[in-house]
Amino acid sequence: MIKQDAIEEAALEIMRRAAIVIPDDYKSGIKAMVKEEENELSRFVLEAMCENWDVAEEDRRAMCADTGLPRYFVKIGNEAQVEGGFVALERTLRWATARATQEIPLRPNRVHPLSRIDHNNNVGILAPEIEYTFEPDADWIDIISVHKGGLFGSDYRMLFPGDGIDGIKRFFLDVMLEFGRRGLACQPAIVGVGLGGSKDTAMSIGKQAACLRVVGDRNPDPEIAALEQELMVMGNNIGMGPMGFVGKSMVVDCHIEVAYTHTGGMPMSVHSFCLSSRRAVVRLGPGGEIEYRTDPEWFTPYRRRDTVEWEGVVPPLDKAVAQ
Amino acid sequence: MKTKHIELPLTDKSLKGLELGTAVYLQGSVYTGREGLYKRVLDQGVEPPVPLQSLGNANFHCSPAASVNEDGTYNLGAVTATASFRFARWLSQWFEISGCRVIIGKGGMTEDDYRTHFVPNGAIYLSTVGYGTGALLGRGIKRIRDVYWLEELGIAQAMWVLDVENFGPFLVESDMLGNSLFEREGRIINENVDSLYDGLRQPALKRYGETTSRSDEVV
Repeated sequence: MIKQDAIEEAALEIMRRAAIVIPDDYKSGIKAMVKEEENELSRFVLEAMCENWDVAEEDRRAMCADTGLPRYFVKIGNEAQVEGGFVALERTLRWATARATQEIPLRPNRVHPLSRIDHNNNVGILAPEIEYTFEPDADWIDIISVHKGGLFGSDYRMLFPGDGIDGIKRFFLDVMLEFGRRGLACQPAIVGVGLGGSKDTAMSIGKQAACLRVVGDRNPDPEIAALEQELMVMGNNIGMGPMGFVGKSMVVDCHIEVAYTHTGGMPMSVHSFCLSSRRAVVRLGPGGEIEYRTDPEWFTPYRRRDTVEWEGVVPPLDKAVAQ
Repeated sequence: MKTKHIELPLTDKSLKGLELGTAVYLQGSVYTGREGLYKRVLDQGVEPPVPLQSLGNANFHCSPAASVNEDGTYNLGAVTATASFRFARWLSQWFEISGCRVIIGKGGMTEDDYRTHFVPNGAIYLSTVGYGTGALLGRGIKRIRDVYWLEELGIAQAMWVLDVENFGPFLVESDMLGNSLFEREGRIINENVDSLYDGLRQPALKRYGETTSRSDEVV
């Protein structure tokens, strides 16, 4: 049984880690870009960011004051049992968010969209977002916290099958230029691309591709992996760098996720996870085990399955028939 | 990179010869302001809680990651700017009543805005770097001198008056002639933009605004 007390402390701790400590994969990616960047202004920006990460860790203060829209992703093992059930889990994650806002502190960014009422704790209607996925053969839960700024760097477009890879490339360039100017996307970013699904799926998998996969990770489908590489190179050849200055540091990595879509369409979304790519993960086991990491491992083979059945998952119906 | 340390309040002397792209560190006093403040003072005509001139002449488009402790003190972690272009429409009036000479923010404004609002008021724009040097800027804040309208505007929109030291880096984004660093860089990048799309076929369904006329259909 996974205890709520342990969940609350761990959920608060990952918000703290996400806010303060830049994940190693992203940091190494940017350090490699500093070496390659030839433009003085662009290099200055990247060096300042590296210094900023060091200061954040030394001072234990948030690396960026726009702590975005703090939220959670939860991966639940099929055999995991949570004290009080999942309603209790959601209550705990709301408490952790409110406490994190006060204690770290995070900026109380969450307001009602019309009245602009701010509870000063980042909690409100559908806030924090909590998204779920499940994993067979596991008795733990993974909780992932992501803080991502919310105003710029993402866009959506309905393309059609005939638009092909050209259409994908064009829209990718559009978004890079649209939000790269003046550095509104806070690039170089991990750029996530969502392809397919219904419109909302295209948006959410693109966002997850940006926020829940690490620099250097490749999609297991070789064709998609090749497109990831191609888009990354394309983005870095625009001639633009950080803050929209002349340069070539635009895309630290590109991740594409796909979902089966309407036969007539090819919806596409693009998302930029910024120079403060904030994510942290904790795994809580049934015996009180707690393990922190920065790779969400969100897109498992199970999550990307394309079949009805999944090996090892015994449908209850068959069990009943067997008996 | 050219680097300059500047004392606040800003004077004509410190502004002289300040070139686009120079890295700047500030010392003195700045205060935060964004739509909440501008709306309240300029649109609703509410008297500022304190004479604005007494707060110095540097206005920061920012809201800090801060919280109020139970004993009424403040806990201020990181500080980063918010995108300034949204506030351009208030600025001429704001310069007039506040006497500000420097706006610090994210993303800058257009050269048109600089020439219309900034140049006549002898003001420049400094851009934060990155963006998101929140910890570096947070470290540069030595003291929260005051917070005004915390209750009325909330933590994110309140006026935070900050005493700063070695506060930066910022980049000079607009000069006394109204030139913009972002636009200068953008013009260089634009020379190559069309060629990026060479050989890539246009999608079947256009988006509104991609056609040459707003009365055209998108198909």
